[in-house]
Amino acid sequence: MAITLKINGQDRQVDAAEGTPLLWVLRDHLKMNGTRFGCGVAQCGACTVHVDGLPVRACITPHDALEGAEITTIEGKQGAVADAVRAAWVASDVPQCGYCQSGQIMAAVALLEENTDPSDEDIDTAMSGNICRCATYMSIRRAIKDAAQTL
Amino acid sequence: MLIRDLGIIPADDSLASAAPTAPPIEIGNFSRRGFMATSGILVIGLSLAGCAPGEEARLDDAAVAESPLTGVKGGDATPALWISITDTGIVKVTCHRSEMGQQVWTSMAQIVADELEADWDDVEIVQALGHPKYGDQNTDGSRSVRFNFHRLRVAGAAMRTMLEQAAAERWDVYPAQCKAQQSRVINTVNNDSLAFADLAEGASKLAVPAETDIRLKARDEWRYIGKPIASVTVPRIVKGDGAYGMDVERPGMVYAVVARPPQVFGKTGVVNDVATLAVPGVLRTVRLPNAMPPAAFNSLGGVAVVASDTWAAIQGRNALDVEWLDGPNADHDSDVYRAAMEDTARQPGKVQRNRGDAIAALASAEQTLVAEYYAPHLAHAPMEPPSATAEWKDGKLECWACVQDPQTTRSTLAAVLSVEADDITVHATWLGGAFGRKSKPDFVVEAARISREIGKPVKVIWTREDDLQHDYYHSVSAQRFEGVLDENGKCTAYLHRSVFPTISSTFVPGADNPSAGEMGLGATDTPFDVPNLRIESGKAPAHLRIGWLRSVSNIYHVFGVQSFAAELAHAAGRDQKDYLLDLIGGPRLIDPNAEGADYDNYGGDLEEYPIDTARLAQVTKRAAAMANWGRVLPDGHGLGIAVHRSFLSYVATAIEVVVDAEGNLTIPGVWLAVDAGTVVNPKHVKAQMEGGTLYGLSNALYGEISAKKGAVVQSNFPNWRVMRMAEAPRSFEVEIVESTASPAGVGEPGTPPAAPALANAIFAATGKRYRSLPILGPNGRRLSLDDSQDS
Repeated sequence: MAITLKINGQDRQVDAAEGTPLLWVLRDHLKMNGTRFGCGVAQCGACTVHVDGLPVRACITPHDALEGAEITTIEGKQGAVADAVRAAWVASDVPQCGYCQSGQIMAAVALLEENTDPSDEDIDTAMSGNICRCATYMSIRRAIKDAAQTL
Repeated sequence: MLIRDLGIIPADDSLASAAPTAPPIEIGNFSRRGFMATSGILVIGLSLAGCAPGEEARLDDAAVAESPLTGVKGGDATPALWISITDTGIVKVTCHRSEMGQQVWTSMAQIVADELEADWDDVEIVQALGHPKYGDQNTDGSRSVRFNFHRLRVAGAAMRTMLEQAAAERWDVYPAQCKAQQSRVINTVNNDSLAFADLAEGASKLAVPAETDIRLKARDEWRYIGKPIASVTVPRIVKGDGAYGMDVERPGMVYAVVARPPQVFGKTGVVNDVATLAVPGVLRTVRLPNAMPPAAFNSLGGVAVVASDTWAAIQGRNALDVEWLDGPNADHDSDVYRAAMEDTARQPGKVQRNRGDAIAALASAEQTLVAEYYAPHLAHAPMEPPSATAEWKDGKLECWACVQDPQTTRSTLAAVLSVEADDITVHATWLGGAFGRKSKPDFVVEAARISREIGKPVKVIWTREDDLQHDYYHSVSAQRFEGVLDENGKCTAYLHRSVFPTISSTFVPGADNPSAGEMGLGATDTPFDVPNLRIESGKAPAHLRIGWLRSVSNIYHVFGVQSFAAELAHAAGRDQKDYLLDLIGGPRLIDPNAEGADYDNYGGDLEEYPIDTARLAQVTKRAAAMANWGRVLPDGHGLGIAVHRSFLSYVATAIEVVVDAEGNLTIPGVWLAVDAGTVVNPKHVKAQMEGGTLYGLSNALYGEISAKKGAVVQSNFPNWRVMRMAEAPRSFEVEIVESTASPAGVGEPGTPPAAPALANAIFAATGKRYRSLPILGPNGRRLSLDDSQDS
């Protein structure tokens, strides 16, 4: 059944089977591939998007539960915090393969939107749901702190 | 790595030869107009640099033509194969290796652009198709820079020479007074200059110079080589730009997941797909042929579920009713198998290297030190699971996939599907991690088979469960060591016996002898200065697909060798680092082949890349100094160290751990010294050292793949645990040794020392020696400290 989702500020018509996770609606139906598939069971964070400003795992979130919600993906995430995080990621060359980094950035932006001066423990808590197999964790930690400095 | 090194299958070049069909063109026209008209060696509209569907990436005649630079060291350095300059001044550099996070796009371009004297801001990267003209494209074995450093310098310098000559002709002056500098050629007499863009067409009409007529820059003239140039991919990554295998889109494309037999060489029995076909979005099922030995890179059989989106395909597969029939590996059980391997390791094995008479020395010793180590199968688990898109059309096949080796993908598809290689085009996308998994193109074979059957483009997606349960696993291994110490604590006899199922078994049915190539990864290359040394191997049959994973056999060998070195130090009552340096001994070059080994030195010449104990000792001392080795540590803290030469680089790693009274383990610091010879990009070498170390630490702490009734037990990140942010070291320092030696590998050498340095640190902190990996496992939260040794 076709429904309307508000994604990155735009209304998008979606006609996917009932219960289809937001991840596959974004990727297969809307061709928005920045949100990644890594595990399908909310364990790796590669599919992190924001729903009403909070980080959510798109791989286990049925798209049809999101009517009326503000959905933001890596492609559409804007603002001072997102700019600061992207700038810090580029300045530090944080990504290696980059596949998980959409999710890492979305998680880091959500953290810094709540807390502009995170401690190491705050970073551990906010970021430990996002796996990076290239193990860029040290660079991510540094870049979050660098981004925080500019906010 | 290793397939060719092991001599198991022929080099790709024997399997495919000619260029993909290209339209007739004006030879060597570099201008934008000519480029648009003829395609050239690269693509129009570079937003996805040749890996995006719909873009043409073809080799033109100038690129495939013979030139005086066709046969330089490392392969073809013909400039048109690697470089194109548009009339707007864009310098397009072709990268024939796969980008998987090691920043090969950046490093290859640094080498070319430096010699070419291109302005870095003008450089764009084009991903090469899989084609023999490029030489080896197998992006593993940590050798992209090593194999290509010289020829890419030559290609850049040759193009620079031609641009300078074109300027000289334009100005009617001597070429010697024309000097390329930052995308312009300067007349050094009157300071006139011309842009590369304005010279490219003229240069393209000139003959390619011979290598003797090209001047490579002196080391102190390098502009980009050796500099921490930022990655060219990162600005796209932070926007979520989709360029991975998972992201490929084709018009009319459908999606598929495959239900595969749980056992390798298990068969598909009765299939009932009624419930599957009732799932909204499911289009049909496709039965794939049963797999037969050898596994090689063929598909695994089973049933594909084809649907209008990925979710429908997954739901359809969940609803599928399949009878799986047992195959020859039905009885495989990892616990039983471990006991058998350990028993083999206690029996005399095949001698792989021998010095003196360790057997006699052990037999006559009053006391021997014996230790047995175990390391389980591992999965690669790149963040992007395998994915491939295939399109059969008019008897031709085009594929887009996250493959480490597009050329072997092409030759495999040709052989398996009985299609001419000329009718197959393989585009390598970006790889969302690989670690060796994506040099095996079985997933591309699946996509090709399904597309041929259904007559539509199809994207095959592997879920994480598929990835963990149908991998080419890093080998399980049992290692046994026996040593003798004299009254001064010096090691006088050393026996190392290694037992593991060989990678060869994936290509040769029944192969059960560790290969010389695998034994050369951390066993027969042992650098210890002991009078009696014996390295043996023991047989083990394979029951899973065995494959190479980041640093390969070095993982289990070095875990054993460097743990045992620390155990010898402890038995001798010596400091671990000091004793390790004594074991390495004085400065000398080691040739394992002089002591009966069949050692291939990662395919490198032992003269150019010797096993140099001075370099081993140097990194060991540096890492120890960085860690402030010898400082007084608080209770519960411990420092451990390990060193190893792999992929022709020398890496020493010191790790500090803290273990509290409850057994909670944290890693406050890691200090790593690396000597990789000439380094192209220190920033990215540092990243590889961090990543390689944490990959090793993650595996050592948590990683274990096991089988019951022939099927892999682990299925997703809950039971295949990997290191996360909170568990990562808080501090990680890397020092790169300044060196003018030939460039060596960096993608893998960070991994081998990680596990033994960790185990040695835990021993220093707690007195408990971990000889069996993983140390914590999927569910372990704390170290068990109730006994002093775990085996």
